[in-house]
Amino acid sequence: MRNPDAQPKFKSVKRQEQISTISGYVTLVIMSIIWLYPVLWIILSAFRTERNDQGQLIGIVVSNYFPRAVGFDNFINLFNNTMFPRWFMNTLFVSSISFVISTALTLSVAYVMSKLKFKARKSFLNIALILGMFPGFMSIIAIYYILKAMNLTQTLFALILAYSAGAGLGFYVAKGFFDLIPNSLLESARLDGATNFQIFKKIILPLSKPIIIYTALLSFTGPWMDFIFARVILGETNPELHTVAVGLYSMLYGSQSTVDPNRFTMFAAGSVIVAVPIVALFLSMQKYYVEGVTAGAVKG
Amino acid sequence: MNDRHALKQGRVQNFFSSILKSFKDFGYGIFRGLKRFVLGVKKRAIRFGKRFMDGSIFTKIAHLVMGVGQFARGQIIKGFIYLFIQVGFLFVMITSPTVNRTPIGFKALSNFITLGTVEGDVFTPTDNSMLMMLFGVVTLGIIGMFIAAYASNLSSSYANDLLIRDGKKVLTFKEDLTELFDSRFHITMLTPAILGVIVFTVLPTVFMILIAFTNFDAQHPAGQVLFDWVGFENFKTVFTGQGEVAVRFFPVLSWTLVWAFFATFSNYIAGILLALLINKKTIKLKKLWRTVFILTIAIPQFLSLLAVRSILSEYGPINNLLLTLGLTDAPVSFLGTARNPITARASVLFINLWVGIPYTMLMTSGILLNIPTDLYEAAQIDGATKRQAFVNITIPYIVFVTTPYLITSFVGNITSFNIIYLLTGGGPTVGGGYKAGSTDLLVTWLYKLTIDENEYNMGSVIGIFTFLITATGTLLSYRKSKAYKEEEAFQ
Repeated sequence: MRNPDAQPKFKSVKRQEQISTISGYVTLVIMSIIWLYPVLWIILSAFRTERNDQGQLIGIVVSNYFPRAVGFDNFINLFNNTMFPRWFMNTLFVSSISFVISTALTLSVAYVMSKLKFKARKSFLNIALILGMFPGFMSIIAIYYILKAMNLTQTLFALILAYSAGAGLGFYVAKGFFDLIPNSLLESARLDGATNFQIFKKIILPLSKPIIIYTALLSFTGPWMDFIFARVILGETNPELHTVAVGLYSMLYGSQSTVDPNRFTMFAAGSVIVAVPIVALFLSMQKYYVEGVTAGAVKG
Repeated sequence: MNDRHALKQGRVQNFFSSILKSFKDFGYGIFRGLKRFVLGVKKRAIRFGKRFMDGSIFTKIAHLVMGVGQFARGQIIKGFIYLFIQVGFLFVMITSPTVNRTPIGFKALSNFITLGTVEGDVFTPTDNSMLMMLFGVVTLGIIGMFIAAYASNLSSSYANDLLIRDGKKVLTFKEDLTELFDSRFHITMLTPAILGVIVFTVLPTVFMILIAFTNFDAQHPAGQVLFDWVGFENFKTVFTGQGEVAVRFFPVLSWTLVWAFFATFSNYIAGILLALLINKKTIKLKKLWRTVFILTIAIPQFLSLLAVRSILSEYGPINNLLLTLGLTDAPVSFLGTARNPITARASVLFINLWVGIPYTMLMTSGILLNIPTDLYEAAQIDGATKRQAFVNITIPYIVFVTTPYLITSFVGNITSFNIIYLLTGGGPTVGGGYKAGSTDLLVTWLYKLTIDENEYNMGSVIGIFTFLITATGTLLSYRKSKAYKEEEAFQ
């Protein structure tokens, strides 16, 4: 026999669960509003076409959240009166080349460190660890001195090299992935006379789709998200060489001599154009991204 | 009660003793490394002498003229490569070609010590001390690489000697190439990465560290005024001087640590709670909620941060809302121009939650899926309630698995440049005309000192301090991480 007040207790537990579920939903809704508020703000601003007394577009930050008039004027302005298309192409160029180089470097170092045995392996791992302790941000300032000394500061190639050349150090997540591929698989291939190169090409790579996509996704979106490397290396003075980040920043907070009342809404329009493809890319690769983040965190 | 107190104290002690231990191990590691290095040099010297005596006449000549040991055995291409390296090296060193009026080669080595002697006038340009330092480092690097090539030349020649002595054939060039794709595949794979890292990580880092020991600042622009080595002068200035760096160093350092602490733990705890909430059985539409938060990761950070900055500005919608609701009489400044530094600091910490929670949430969601289900089954059999299982399995598991992440994200927060720079620019300003504002971290200050103020040497000192902090953190996390321990077991 159960004790007599088991029944009502069960009911109250159920009730409690209901309350906690409802409060859970409330929390989630409130948090979603907070998280989406700035996102929606950019989108609304991009399409905002309110005009002031002089009939000009008001592009400064305005206090009403929802616009009173909408249209595509900001986008037209952005493409006709700024160098945004050029910045977009610059960023696309830099990220397309640097993602190929950095993915190749990262994967090859990760494979070597995970699956090949050679004398200096342990020392390489230790050296990579120590070098990784210097924040990339600090070496970028030194790279700036060096490029400046060589009169090389202002080229897109310098930026590509800065993004991708150090990629060899970021092999930990991919190495963790390769570590999970059973060695017996490689040994049986070796018995069949496969060389290490063939093993890499025919066995490792086909098995590594998730980690290849993760690495490629991060290195491709990196230049679109980065602000500081591009600003330091390419400088602020030559708008021909801006990436989208530097260009849009200078549009808002750049030289005050060229105050343009349409700047904020134009900035928002540019943001939408930049963010839409990146967000689409991220969401479609979500699975691989989550896998990589989890693996990276757990591996340390 | 007392027990619990003692336990807590024990944990704190544990934490500090583990920091001390990692320093000790680090120092011991350096000592061991040095010892190994000296022994290695000794071993190599002995081997060098033995090889010279034991090697064939071609190997003996190869000590003077690289490539002879290969030419004599028909390895024409390989021999030619070695010879070319030697000729090229000697040519560069002796002729010391100039780039931007500054030589690379033997002359660069003496320039590296003096950092330039010619004080220019109308007719002669001043020596560029910065380039001299840079090329000195580059020349040392070239010498190092030459020594490696020289050693490889000798060992390859000696290997040929041994093969011939055993009556075997030496490898043809084609066979050598095949080797590079099989037993020496690691060399092929690592070379491009190592070159990239040397030029874009090692060289800049060495260069940056060296600048901390010079008087390269706004009064000594490179190519116009000579600068020179000053030893530990700059480090002394930070602790005892009168200038901006000395006055602002400790306030900025302490805010950096406070920021990193709060930013890390607030994100960590809130992110885990959010993940637990979304993964609750009774919550529907999990994918939708997750996507909402992933959205903020996917949007380039500089865009969302600048948008948030505009939302929080005096004329932005938040202030409008506050005014309409009658919560304030005048627009509030939350960020760079805030009246009170506390307001600005609290705002950046709050916005950092907006940026950081989704990462922790994503990661924890992944971990929640990986908790072995047999743990729960066993608990159920033992009669544990759901709540007990949650407290005794789920939470400890998450905390255990994510500890390395906690430390790496602490290190990451110390160097989180974007959030501070894009939101407040380091402001609000501090009285006295100092450039480092009340939300400036070491890294944003470093940026201002070097890029805006051209105080390169001081920036470099700040950089070294930042490195010391991050290195401590990284060492701690590395020693604790699964990867490190498994790596040990793996060996």
